Amino acid sequence: MNDATTSPEVVPTSAIELDGVEYAWVRGRPVLDVPRFAVARGERVFLKGPSGSGKSTLLGLVGGVLLPDRGQVRVLGQDLAALRGSARDRFRAAHVGFVFQMFNLVPYLSVIENVLLPVRFSAERRARAGDLAGEAHRLLNALGLGAAELGKRGVTQLSIGQQQRVAAARALLGRPEVVIADEPTSALDWDARESFLRLLMQECAAAGTTLLFVSHDVTLGRLFDRTVSLGEINRAAPGGGAADAAAASPAVASA
Amino acid sequence: MSGGPVGELFRLAFASLWNRRGTALLTVFAIGVSVALLLGVQKVRTEARESFASTISGTDLIVGARSGPLNLLLYSVFRVGDATANVSYEIYEKVAKHPDVAWAIPISLGDSHRGFRVMGTSAAYFEHYRYGRKRPLQFAEGRPFDDLYDAVIGADVAEALQYRLGQEIVIAHGLGQVSFANHDDKPFRVVGILARTGTPVDRTVHVSLEAIEAIHVDWQSGMQAPKGARVTAEEARAANLTPKTITAFLLGMESKATVFMMQRALNEYRQEPLLAIIPGVALQQLWELVGVADTALMIVAAFVVLAGLLGMLTAILTSLNERRREMAILRSVGARPGHVFGLMVLESGLLALLGVLLGLALTYGALAGLAPLLEHRFGVFVELSAPSAYDMGLLGVVVGAGLLIGAVPAWRAYRNSLADGLTIRV
Repeated sequence: MNDATTSPEVVPTSAIELDGVEYAWVRGRPVLDVPRFAVARGERVFLKGPSGSGKSTLLGLVGGVLLPDRGQVRVLGQDLAALRGSARDRFRAAHVGFVFQMFNLVPYLSVIENVLLPVRFSAERRARAGDLAGEAHRLLNALGLGAAELGKRGVTQLSIGQQQRVAAARALLGRPEVVIADEPTSALDWDARESFLRLLMQECAAAGTTLLFVSHDVTLGRLFDRTVSLGEINRAAPGGGAADAAAASPAVASA
Repeated sequence: MSGGPVGELFRLAFASLWNRRGTALLTVFAIGVSVALLLGVQKVRTEARESFASTISGTDLIVGARSGPLNLLLYSVFRVGDATANVSYEIYEKVAKHPDVAWAIPISLGDSHRGFRVMGTSAAYFEHYRYGRKRPLQFAEGRPFDDLYDAVIGADVAEALQYRLGQEIVIAHGLGQVSFANHDDKPFRVVGILARTGTPVDRTVHVSLEAIEAIHVDWQSGMQAPKGARVTAEEARAANLTPKTITAFLLGMESKATVFMMQRALNEYRQEPLLAIIPGVALQQLWELVGVADTALMIVAAFVVLAGLLGMLTAILTSLNERRREMAILRSVGARPGHVFGLMVLESGLLALLGVLLGLALTYGALAGLAPLLEHRFGVFVELSAPSAYDMGLLGVVVGAGLLIGAVPAWRAYRNSLADGLTIRV
């Protein structure tokens, strides 16, 4: 699982691969220009990127919500551009789980209903999850949430830390091959960050899930197999390369 | 991907509306009230038309002096306007004895009592006159007239003038509310009060044809004879009270097949200019004139419903921005932009549907509550029947319009979710 020696260049079965990818929201002003970036299956990668480094665009491309102007984005070997729009949405639902910075939950659904959302849109996830309620409870328990205290409460009454754990349980439900976490810990205090991350990693390891973790908080990087700086792989980052990322966040400069 | 997500969207739409149940309830209430108004107008319209069309029933032909069909209908049935000429009693008797004629009711109009029309007729009136669904006249109190100076009054007359049986009344010459020429030398006694019919019968004072003759026995050219030449009430009894003319008469035929033949024969009668009309046809023509008002009412009601739906549009559009995050979450778990569109349309559709159901409940609740009052006060018998196919069509149009209007915010949410993708913009 923790195959740190695998070089991204020669991975035969990559979970995520970007080849010569360029993307511009406005013609002629690319925000993303990534010659090569790959994450191996089962690998847990820390992608550090301050705001403005093209992070959202990268996630949109990997999620299949955006299509690159040039180059190829492959998830689990599938070229996303080769799929039609609805098929891309289906592919994302079946194979990728997301955890966002905050406000991850649909406010009018219960905790369990929020966790079960992916299987509503993906028969594959449903099949893999098996006993839905049982699996949802197992994941919530594993992430440190007791079923008893959560069952009754509306999601808006949960603390942010609890909300993030619910979101993580949702991303993991039905064992998608890839989980993408976008600054999931930035709204948490220090103690909560570590415990949240450990539980998330534990669950990813248990299910063999590839984890792409995006954050500007480099102190978390040590918990991952590999750390990649988006400022370095993205030639279109403002000012060009890592220097700009360093300017944006002093913490990155030491990396 | 087919059945599952659609059912899922329904559950999501329900949960989402429940989450905003305060606003949703107000929206449903606004639509519900407007739909109740629409259904109410439609119901009143139907009942009014039916009530109008059944002002007179069972009568095959109305015969009067030659004028226009509407004019004849108005004065003979609705007691509105005046006859321009009379028909001879002779022709009435001749037609009444015709073998194809089952019954004939003579009508003699021209006098009034405190604003209510006085109608001279015969005992056949109480036996054969029908209104509504062939309902016969019924007596709330008393009996038909028997003596020369007996009168039978309609329900409105009794109620408005507080008359009981035995009340003496004086008939005024002519039709004015306040008349200066009274037949006060020949007073009448109320011997019967008719049950309410919801037709002009309620506003009529009925006396015998002979009574009409008797009170005019000493009148000439619209003036009463000078004092010395007057005939007293008792003396009048001895006079020949067979009328020379009457205003009109109603006919019931033995067989429907002979109605047209009789109508034609009367219209082509050479000795006297007559007009025979079929009440149903004339009523239909009259309704086409009156019916414009209720169409206008219906249009107003339709616009009120539109206003209700626009209120819903406002409520949904206002909530759209704060729901972008929710849409991005749904997108991240695999919802397609089409699902986002569908969710929004479903929410509008559900609001409209709930509004329609509330409107139905309000309408039927109000009808059940008001039915006794309507029947008592206006003689309109409102039946609590299931909504007609037309009503259901109207309701379908309301829900359809709700879905259509819902497509506006749905389209914006769709565009938003395409632009936002997975990025949650706080």
